[in-house]
Amino acid sequence: MTSASIHWFKFASPASFFPLAGRLVPWFATAAAALAVIALWLAFAVAPTDAQQGEAYRIIFIHVPAAWMSMFIYVVMAFWCAVSLTYNTRLAAMMAQALAPTGALFTFLALWTGALWGRPTWGTYWAWDARMTSELILLFLYFGYMALRHAIDDPRRADRASAVLALVGVVNVPIIYFSVKWWNTLHQGATVSLTASPKMASVMLAGMLLMAFAAWFYSIAVALVRVRAIILERERHTAWVADAAAMQQ
Amino acid sequence: MSATSLSDFLAMGGYGFYVWGSYLVTALALAIEIVAVRSRLRAARAQSTEPR
Repeated sequence: MTSASIHWFKFASPASFFPLAGRLVPWFATAAAALAVIALWLAFAVAPTDAQQGEAYRIIFIHVPAAWMSMFIYVVMAFWCAVSLTYNTRLAAMMAQALAPTGALFTFLALWTGALWGRPTWGTYWAWDARMTSELILLFLYFGYMALRHAIDDPRRADRASAVLALVGVVNVPIIYFSVKWWNTLHQGATVSLTASPKMASVMLAGMLLMAFAAWFYSIAVALVRVRAIILERERHTAWVADAAAMQQ
Repeated sequence: MSATSLSDFLAMGGYGFYVWGSYLVTALALAIEIVAVRSRLRAARAQSTEPR
């Protein structure tokens, strides 16, 4: 093991991660705000009106990033759950706990903006098609994860039970992603994929990707603030929190 | 886009309700989350400085 990796594992302890997270938050928050401003400028001032959908298509600049984040955050949350189950580390469970509300928020926003896009484009706010139904199940998985955590008083037991739930639920993520290929859905196929050239103007693609990065940095910043609160809430009984609190006064 | 006036821009070619309904709710939701998470950290800090 190299000295660099020893240094890295130091931050697996809540006591040393707490100040590190505090230092990182302003950088991620600033990056998120700057990227969002550029993305909004591209979305409303630069991107042309869509020939088929008119101005309604401008919703995709937030719909697609929100939908990506809803799935991505779930995978990251499940990853931390797997780490916490395998190595029994407190911080990994706290990271998963901190990500869930933000993931649920982006899932709600993906459904909300999708409904408002679907109404003028497809003529309906909602349909029980595979993509939308599996995305709704994702929202319920986030709610279930949070409710289960909330229902168990002992945080270490809550960590294990909710981690199992999150890991079982991860099977839903590929179902959402591939639903438009596996089933004949009302929801259209992927506009952007890694294997084919994008089916949209490059300025639209740039706006969407910048918004996705903004959402990414926003999620990191918010999750870091939340994990700091969770660290304090859960480590209240420890000496280092008392020391840190005493130093502030 | 070729919006010549503010009202044209807000109308979004007749899709104003859908476009602004999406963007405003998103902005509102993120604002609420930011306020909530900051007050949670502030409360956790206050709790940890209380004498036990």
